Amino acid sequence: MNWQIALPEIVLALSGMAILLFGVLYRRDASVPCNMLTLGAFLVAAFLVLSTPDGSGYGDLFVVDAFSRFVKILILAGAALALMLSFDYNRHEGIARFEFPVLILFAVVGMMTMVSAANLMTLYLGLELQLISLYVVTAFNRTAIRSSEAALKYFVLGALASGLLLYGISLVYGFAGSTSFAALASALNAPGGASPGLVVGIVFVIAGLVFEVSAVPFHMWTPDVYEGAPTPVTVFIGTAPKVAGMALLLRTLSTPFGHLSLDWRLLIELVSLGSMILGALAAIGQTNFKRLMAYSAIGHMGYTLIGLAAGTEAGLRGALIYLVVYVFMNVGIFAGIIAMRRHGRVFEQISDLAGLARTDPALALAFAVFLFSMAGIPPLAGFFGKLYVFLAAVQAGMWTLAIIGVLTSVVGAYYYIRIVKVMFMDAPAPAIDQRPAMVSFVAAATGLFTVFFVLFSAPIVAAAQAAAQVLFG
Amino acid sequence: MLTAIAVFFPLLGAALAGLLGRPAGDRASQVVSILCMVIASAAGIAAAVLLGIGATEPGTIEITNWISAGTFRVSWALRNDTLSAVMVAMVSTVSMLIHVYSVGYMAHEDRPCWRFFSYISLFSFAMLMLVTADNILQLFFGWEGVGLMSYLLIGYWYYKPAANAAAIKAFVVNRVADLFFTVGIALLFFQFGTLSFSDIFAAVPSHAAHHYELFGASLPVLEVIGVLLFIGAMGKSAQLFLHTWLPDAMEGPTPISALIHAATMVTAGVFLVARMSPLMEYAPIALSVVAVIGGSTSFFAATIACAQDDIKKVIAYSTCSQLGYMFAAAGVGAFDISIFHLITHAFFKSLLFLGAGSVIHAMSGEQDMRRMGGLWNKIPITYSVMWVGFLALAGIPFFSGFYSKDAILDAALGTPGGVAFYAYITGVAAAFLTAFYSWRVLFMTFHGTSRAEPHVQEHVHESPAVMTVPLILLAVGSAIVGYSLDGTFIGLHWQSFWGASIVTLPGSNPFTHMESIHGVVKWIPTLVGLAGLATALLFYILVPWIPGWLATRFRPIHVFLVKKWYFDEIYDAIFVRGALALARLLWKVGDVAVIDGVPNGIATLTTDSSGEVVKLQTGSVAQYAFAMVLGVVILVAVFLLFR
Repeated sequence: MNWQIALPEIVLALSGMAILLFGVLYRRDASVPCNMLTLGAFLVAAFLVLSTPDGSGYGDLFVVDAFSRFVKILILAGAALALMLSFDYNRHEGIARFEFPVLILFAVVGMMTMVSAANLMTLYLGLELQLISLYVVTAFNRTAIRSSEAALKYFVLGALASGLLLYGISLVYGFAGSTSFAALASALNAPGGASPGLVVGIVFVIAGLVFEVSAVPFHMWTPDVYEGAPTPVTVFIGTAPKVAGMALLLRTLSTPFGHLSLDWRLLIELVSLGSMILGALAAIGQTNFKRLMAYSAIGHMGYTLIGLAAGTEAGLRGALIYLVVYVFMNVGIFAGIIAMRRHGRVFEQISDLAGLARTDPALALAFAVFLFSMAGIPPLAGFFGKLYVFLAAVQAGMWTLAIIGVLTSVVGAYYYIRIVKVMFMDAPAPAIDQRPAMVSFVAAATGLFTVFFVLFSAPIVAAAQAAAQVLFG
Repeated sequence: MLTAIAVFFPLLGAALAGLLGRPAGDRASQVVSILCMVIASAAGIAAAVLLGIGATEPGTIEITNWISAGTFRVSWALRNDTLSAVMVAMVSTVSMLIHVYSVGYMAHEDRPCWRFFSYISLFSFAMLMLVTADNILQLFFGWEGVGLMSYLLIGYWYYKPAANAAAIKAFVVNRVADLFFTVGIALLFFQFGTLSFSDIFAAVPSHAAHHYELFGASLPVLEVIGVLLFIGAMGKSAQLFLHTWLPDAMEGPTPISALIHAATMVTAGVFLVARMSPLMEYAPIALSVVAVIGGSTSFFAATIACAQDDIKKVIAYSTCSQLGYMFAAAGVGAFDISIFHLITHAFFKSLLFLGAGSVIHAMSGEQDMRRMGGLWNKIPITYSVMWVGFLALAGIPFFSGFYSKDAILDAALGTPGGVAFYAYITGVAAAFLTAFYSWRVLFMTFHGTSRAEPHVQEHVHESPAVMTVPLILLAVGSAIVGYSLDGTFIGLHWQSFWGASIVTLPGSNPFTHMESIHGVVKWIPTLVGLAGLATALLFYILVPWIPGWLATRFRPIHVFLVKKWYFDEIYDAIFVRGALALARLLWKVGDVAVIDGVPNGIATLTTDSSGEVVKLQTGSVAQYAFAMVLGVVILVAVFLLFR
């Protein structure tokens, strides 16, 4: 048995327990060393991910391939960046406890398990590990009522989604006789097609997974959780779980249910359309930056799903590239939001950014880069993300998706660039506090990625191509 | 080679004067542009003389390829035939004299005037390009170049609203004409597959029988092209219906009026018709149109000139009228006489404009003749040269206008047909009016008692030598050019001079007929001119109350003439207000309501629906959960229904 294929997850889980132990035993404030140890564990895990060979094991519950490797690296990068943004924020808010990095770490273990799932049970196991960790970190600022409220909503709705997912899994098992992806794939390939019960089961599975990526109509939790959770948690929820959930959706729909793609494509198309339209429209009315980012995330998930709806290799490649671009833009913009602090107090209203270009030109420039990128203005990274998915949609003949996507991008450009206008043209509000060095570093790193993606995109595109090929293998 | 020097030295002068004007100053730009013009005119005259005495053969100087797209090939090339050479010599010489004159005229400008010298040099280049063009597209390049420079120079005093309005008017009216011209060029290309003059002319006879079928009418190809090209010429040469820009163009500095709006640019239309003579000869209807429009213009513009009080406006309408003569000559097939009159007119009309400029200069900027008078002994040189100019204009024997105008009227009379006779009648009437308004100007300006303000009277002075010397040279030209070129340009041996550059069909040359005109008929134009002179003498010197009495007695006619036949008012009512109304409609309905309204409406719709969508987010977990369950139900339903 080649148990080594799960080595990154095993190492990560063990180091999580070790860090927890260290935090408990350490006499003084353990948050700083635990943060650093967690980052170190992420680094080691990333190295192990890259060195683990392809294969499957544990009774075909677990699989490692180019796709899982691509997504895991992206998850680790997103989680590490989110964790880096949490250091100063948590200290300022008085919630700098060593459990925080450990919870993040276990969430990452869950996501990595999801990504490598070759069986609906593995999928569910990883998903729950991730979600439970996320519920806890959402409530991490437990004395703040908003944080607790957000966590509760997240938990209740998440539980409902899990229920839907489990019910779907049981239906699929009942009608197809297996939970293994490979067995499902061959069962569904049989002539005669799928029975209605199986189809209903698949829809329930899709619903449970779509909840993960906060796409319409399972998006309702997103704005409240984004707004209520501590900002670093929002960053985290907005990046790694989205990547993991989307990867899961890509793998589940392409591998076991791949032969029914003509059937589920319509569903994904509807979800994608709904997400793009709702994301674009609802964001216009927002004054809270974090809430706006929630709707923005819904819209971006809609764009990513275009790639899945296209149902082609080019579509999957486009979706993966979109995820990469999205993670870095999103982290960058949240780095800016975390820097929004005046006289030690956090503020989240867009109007508070008025005239930022004069009080903090570097931050305003970074914001402008990310916002223009989100709006899809060339030559920034966001443009290429959209380009690849729209290209795939057009090649697959899905004109509706492409046209609605372009139109909602126009609406999106309005609310993104309006923020730039507030920062660059309105009368200045009082200056913001000195930025923490880590925030500046993350903003600069993601900003450079966003600006220079155009020059160095070839390896990323090639890796995404390889990952997409696996699912169409 | 000489032609190339004559064409490109003005361009060099324009570039140097324009680029170095700011750092090097006015004097340097004047010197360099005049120097270039002197070289150009020497080369131009030399080229014409060499060609005239047969020392060089007509030919083409190929410079470079311009456009090469598929079968569409156009090159930059200078045509060196008699017609071009004569025009080059005239343009460069007159331009050179006016450059010199401008040094004095522009001396009182507050602002630096290097821009002026750069512009007129560039104008000269464009005009020379026009007359030496080897193909009609290159001609059009020069045509638009002179139009542009005309626009810039009419509006030279850009801080005067009237100058800007006049510049825009000139440009727009010419655009209207150019539309037809460009359609003509396009048809030439479609018909002949080439734009080169020599290729077109060689192929003309084989296309004589071709017709366009349009709305059931059958139109001969060559007639259509001829009329279209002539409409272009009408715009440039300010012929009836498209003449309205020329009087307004007098808002520019007076040397511009002399150079562009008397001697050169406005004659480009005449030149075009002469250049296209091998084609026009196969388009008899188009030629009749030319003759009718030309004859009408000569008469109509002369009537207006009799009633104007602005000295430059009178001369401007006189220009209009004289251009009408040239077209009348071309219309009856006497292209050689047309060009002959073009050359003599260039001399005496630029002399008159520059003389008027000298008068205006002396009167501290006053242009209204009702506030002049009694100037003859204060500015004697100007007075004498103006006499020469008006004698030439009125066609008094042995001055240059006499030879060319008489030849035109003789040709019109000698050509059979109603159209030619119409041109003759209008021409004779115009000759009377020409003499009348000429001496009206002389008497009102120089004789009688001064009607100017006292402080203006005190400042009356003769212009400096830099202005009077060009005047004297032009006066000499106005006196002798007609006599000395008479036997060469026109007459029995005209064809040996013009060679292949002007073509008439055998038998259609009016010269054969006009030799038969004898006796009193031959002298009618002269007699009519003298009668006009006598009438002016009677009206403005002997019995000065007659004009006032006539103006009140025949008030409607007088107002009709003062208002210039109401052309501006009619055009304003039909075209300007119509265009403004259309523009307002497009603005209010097309732009504001539709082009702005639709996006604004969509934007409002978007923000409104945003408000509705936001309301869905109530914050209630139960409703969120309900939305999720509803979503699952919808998805299952869709899946089951549509799979």
